[in-house]
Amino acid sequence: MSPTNSAPGSASLEASASGRPKRSTLQQQQRTWGWIFLSPWIFGFFAFTALPIVASLIFTFTDFSLTSDQPINGVGLRNWQKLFSDPLTIHSLGVTLKFALIAVPIGILIPLGMAALLNSKYLWGKRLWRPLFYLPYMVPAISSVFIWQSFLNGQTGWLNRMLRNFGFANPPNWLQDETAIPIALVLIGTWGVGNAMLTMLATMQGVPTELYEAADVDGAGPLTKFRRITIPMISPVIFYNLVLSVIGLMQYFVIPYVITRGTGNPNQSAYFFNMHLYKTAFTFADMGYGSTLAWFIFIIALALTAALFATSRRWVYYASGD
Amino acid sequence: MAAVNVNPHINTSPFFGAQLRKLAIGASVTLFATIILIAYLLPLGNMTTISLKSQQQLVGSTDTPILPMSAKVFVYEDKEYEVFQVPMQDGTVKPLALVRKGRQDSDFVDPDNPDAGLINWQGSWRTLEPSFVFEPHFENYPRAWELLDFPLLFKNTLVIALTGMIGTLVSSICVAYAFARFPIPGKNWLFLVLIGTIILPSQVTLIPTYAFFAKIGWTGTQLPLIVPHFFANAYNVFLLRQFFMTLPRELDEAALIDGAGPLRVLVSIIIPQAWPAIISVGMFHFIFAWNDYFGPLIYLLGEPQLQPISVGVQVFNFQYGPNPELIQATSLMAMVLPLLIFVFAQKIFMRGVVITGVEK
Repeated sequence: MSPTNSAPGSASLEASASGRPKRSTLQQQQRTWGWIFLSPWIFGFFAFTALPIVASLIFTFTDFSLTSDQPINGVGLRNWQKLFSDPLTIHSLGVTLKFALIAVPIGILIPLGMAALLNSKYLWGKRLWRPLFYLPYMVPAISSVFIWQSFLNGQTGWLNRMLRNFGFANPPNWLQDETAIPIALVLIGTWGVGNAMLTMLATMQGVPTELYEAADVDGAGPLTKFRRITIPMISPVIFYNLVLSVIGLMQYFVIPYVITRGTGNPNQSAYFFNMHLYKTAFTFADMGYGSTLAWFIFIIALALTAALFATSRRWVYYASGD
Repeated sequence: MAAVNVNPHINTSPFFGAQLRKLAIGASVTLFATIILIAYLLPLGNMTTISLKSQQQLVGSTDTPILPMSAKVFVYEDKEYEVFQVPMQDGTVKPLALVRKGRQDSDFVDPDNPDAGLINWQGSWRTLEPSFVFEPHFENYPRAWELLDFPLLFKNTLVIALTGMIGTLVSSICVAYAFARFPIPGKNWLFLVLIGTIILPSQVTLIPTYAFFAKIGWTGTQLPLIVPHFFANAYNVFLLRQFFMTLPRELDEAALIDGAGPLRVLVSIIIPQAWPAIISVGMFHFIFAWNDYFGPLIYLLGEPQLQPISVGVQVFNFQYGPNPELIQATSLMAMVLPLLIFVFAQKIFMRGVVITGVEK
């Protein structure tokens, strides 16, 4: 983000060449207009972001419930204590974090590989590939869940048909099997990498060719060039996608919810934190405890983001030196 | 590229050798990309074939034909008989209808020549391959269309998506204009706060927002899915501001000197130059609204006549259970419009993605 602070009115002010008082009123006028144009966001920020954050923190200390007409009572730290004794909370957090451990690296590596492939100078018909690889990202989430559901069907799904043809006699029943379902969810997630791929590809195309030419002179092979030039040069975009993907996983909901019909089964192995939050707040109408869950995952997401930012100094390279 | 390569291996080899090598690499890279792409899009094929099957064609397990195939039958003396691939004594394989099933031998009739009478065949008929005919069931689409009331779902989705789109366009354009052109004290700081909201997990604002909408009686209406978009969105503001900043200031300043107000400058100078960014934002919102599942799920619970496509399709899944062919047909119908938009505007769309994703 480059700062942009030459006062926009200045040229016209110089042109009008009037005295000091007029300049300050014009400047004042410009500021007022600025605030007017900014006001939708300022209002929206307070109404839909700042106040709700504070309100949900306050709710965590209450027994607020939408269904009962009783007045809201303060319950002190009871909701926060419950957080650590509620087995479902601990379980669903574990499911979410364990899944993130596989899904985040894969969610970076797959688009990175695709971008590298599409950026290859040897690839024929370059323009054609980009939209085709981006296409699955445009499939609405709900459709893609249904499509994958039948693709991963243990009996008739194409994946298992192929596996059987390749000699795997008993391929897993992906969506009914506790150990296979995380892999199934990762596979479904590969349809969501379009944006990451596109941003990585665009950044790769922006890497100065002199760098590669210099490496050629030094006799570097394609892999070395990719590791030593491409990766560092696109590291800001990798980092940005890493942050988005961690935050996204902390909000992971639609796919496991639809695929397990809200149950998180088999054996709650796909019972993600947000499914628990949804159930608590909207099925059981326990908004106090629901807010506590929301704040809890918010704190975890903040901590993870902060940790990522802390490590970013070591490996993210900003060419502009900001 | 290869021309500037000073790698000794290439320079010493004859010219056509290098050319040939380049061709071979190009062919293998392209082949590799093709295989990856086919694997990536394979579930779409699975969807299409299932959406064309009848309930009967879906029965069976691992050996069900991939394509919508039906067992071939032949009517002989007013009764239906299944057709099998029968190996004949002369080494050919003939499709014959099985009339009498026997353990050691069976009687068949030739569908091409039924008047010739029964043909006796020695061997167990159970070892024979049944004959299939390709029989796609396109009527699944109209059936799903009616069962699900697609016109209503489309209408609801369009109402939510288009009004929200207007809201986010008007508000985001104004806010981006403010950030791009006006001397607001603490502007950079405010802009950081705006960008920060991108990485804010939405759950943390969810419950109070829901409670607020419930209090003012908006739950069970589409308003909570529309009204918040009238207050700008970080992604959109970012994209539009980046674009506005690339526009030359001389034009706005000239207009200001001519006595145009800031609103006039926005409408008649900035906006006409910013169509690509504005179209991207409009499309982003449209796709977002088309996709949004969680919002309609909580705000339109129990209001089927107001639900958009995302939730409506899911309800169908819950209610009709094992109707994979209808579910796949609805999946396809639900994705047609977003895909069409993408196909027609993919350049503008992908440029927008790149601006928001890369320039941060």
